[in-house]
Amino acid sequence: MEFKDYKDVYIFIEQRDGVLADISLELLGKGREIADKTHSKLIAFLLGSKIKGLTNVLVAGGADEVLFVDDACLEHYITEQYVQAAYHIISSKKPNIILIGATSIGRDLAPRLAARLHTGLTADCTKLEVEEDGSLFSTRPAFGGNLMATIISPDNRPQMSTVRPGVFKKLEQDSKRQGKIEEVKVQFDRNKFKVELVEVKKAEVSKKKIEDAKILVSGGRGVGKDNFPTLSVLAETIGPNTTVSGSRAVVDAKIIDQSRQVGQTGKTVHPDVYFALGISGAIQHVAGMEESEFIIAINKDKFAPIFSVADLGIVGDVNKIVPLLIDAIKDAKAKK
Amino acid sequence: MKIVVCLKQVPDTTEIKIDPVKGTLIREGVPSIINPDDKAGLEAALTMKDKHGAEVIVLSMGPMQAEEALREALAMGADRAILLSDFKFAGADTLATSTALSYALKQLDYDFVITGRQAIDGDTAQVGPELAEFLDLPQITYAAGIDYKGDGVFHVTRKVEDRSYVLKVKAPFVMTVLSDMNKPRYMSVPGIIEAYREKKIDLWTADTIKADPARLGLKGSPTKVKESFAKALKQPGQLYEVDPQEATKIILDKLLEKFVL
Repeated sequence: MEFKDYKDVYIFIEQRDGVLADISLELLGKGREIADKTHSKLIAFLLGSKIKGLTNVLVAGGADEVLFVDDACLEHYITEQYVQAAYHIISSKKPNIILIGATSIGRDLAPRLAARLHTGLTADCTKLEVEEDGSLFSTRPAFGGNLMATIISPDNRPQMSTVRPGVFKKLEQDSKRQGKIEEVKVQFDRNKFKVELVEVKKAEVSKKKIEDAKILVSGGRGVGKDNFPTLSVLAETIGPNTTVSGSRAVVDAKIIDQSRQVGQTGKTVHPDVYFALGISGAIQHVAGMEESEFIIAINKDKFAPIFSVADLGIVGDVNKIVPLLIDAIKDAKAKK
Repeated sequence: MKIVVCLKQVPDTTEIKIDPVKGTLIREGVPSIINPDDKAGLEAALTMKDKHGAEVIVLSMGPMQAEEALREALAMGADRAILLSDFKFAGADTLATSTALSYALKQLDYDFVITGRQAIDGDTAQVGPELAEFLDLPQITYAAGIDYKGDGVFHVTRKVEDRSYVLKVKAPFVMTVLSDMNKPRYMSVPGIIEAYREKKIDLWTADTIKADPARLGLKGSPTKVKESFAKALKQPGQLYEVDPQEATKIILDKLLEKFVL
């Protein structure tokens, strides 16, 4: 394998129903930094149906080039269709680095693609560093977030990593940036399309996404099912940038939807303020919220591990304090 | 119907603690369990067996100790267990692991293969899709439900962040399962007796599966761990043990100070 044949940084651009995933722009932000340091180009590759309109945003978001495949068979994400299109691009262009979001799409696509390319893949990275020669150092949590490991791929190219959403920052859109946009035609082997879409059921997305909220009111087992609606009242009282999330325990108990789960198997969040209410602070949960700017924890157990990451800890009954806090916030707002 | 369930024995990561002084993992006394997503996969197979009749084969790659996990699977109702164990597999990353599993699966007959979505020690979710690629089979990951429609056709519900997909697939295929798909059954008493007294576990080595040694273990692994370290602990903040009124005031003052309100 001649490493010099492999160059540039490729970002898989994820979209659903023609809406770009935030992770794609976050990866362009980080990818820009990596491309500059390694004196190479940043290339976005976008797969979908009727998605040409998204390409300008990718240039403004940092890409030097956008390659896109527009085909009706890519309307919904189905593994084989997407892997064929991605493989077509990757095997002919030979990137040095490929970054893919660690979403349900990326985590389905990336390993299949890595196996087809016979190359290494590092999952769910939270830190990426690169040396000038193009070697990538990908750091990721393992053992439920207890351990961090830095992974390298010394003898194989391309170097592939999936990256957790919410870790890197997108660039400011710069409409003056120039970039090349190119359509790629793929000859699909349709005999290999063995999975057929029967139905798509969209979950209700009326509520604000937890990764976008400035303030998160997060509840755990200590809140209890009956008291959980009080957390929504607290979130509404604080303001429009606030929403409710929870620990794995309340997701498993079907009190909140899995899309609102914070932690290793849920989402990584970093709001300005994170309320950990009745959450003991298992390492898996902490892995998803410890980067929050300010953490307020309320728990009955003064030895609860959540207090070791909290900036402000209250030992007490969350179900007594939250109603008082709602009233106190209403009063404070009325005085303004 | 024949179903192969791949399962991994893992340390129960919820029981792992960090030594606050040394900043290292404390692994002593941490129990080994069947990885939760894999256990849900086994339950899905056993449910299929209850409804439609099936032979359920469990396959695990790991050290000899992983036999315990396979015994548990047998006691839950699996019909046959295979332990893939050989020093040649040691140090395998996900690509080398899925390579070894794919060689083992090529020795078996099956309608479909189930793996868990991801293991709680590595959390990569890569082995299922990589295995599917090496077997040249369609994959459905993040499965939350499966229905047999007859004639080798299945409908699998794939549950992702904001939606679910119902996907139609004809056997053979590989499916990776979410732990919330079902609630795994307990081992039964006759099951336990049978698992330990009557059923035996087949031990397979690299030779049994006719694998290319260059593609196994550390040698066959493109990724290497450069270093690993316990996460740095954050300095704890202030802790108050006060009555609810006082607590409310402390929180409110902090919110005002941070201009949150």
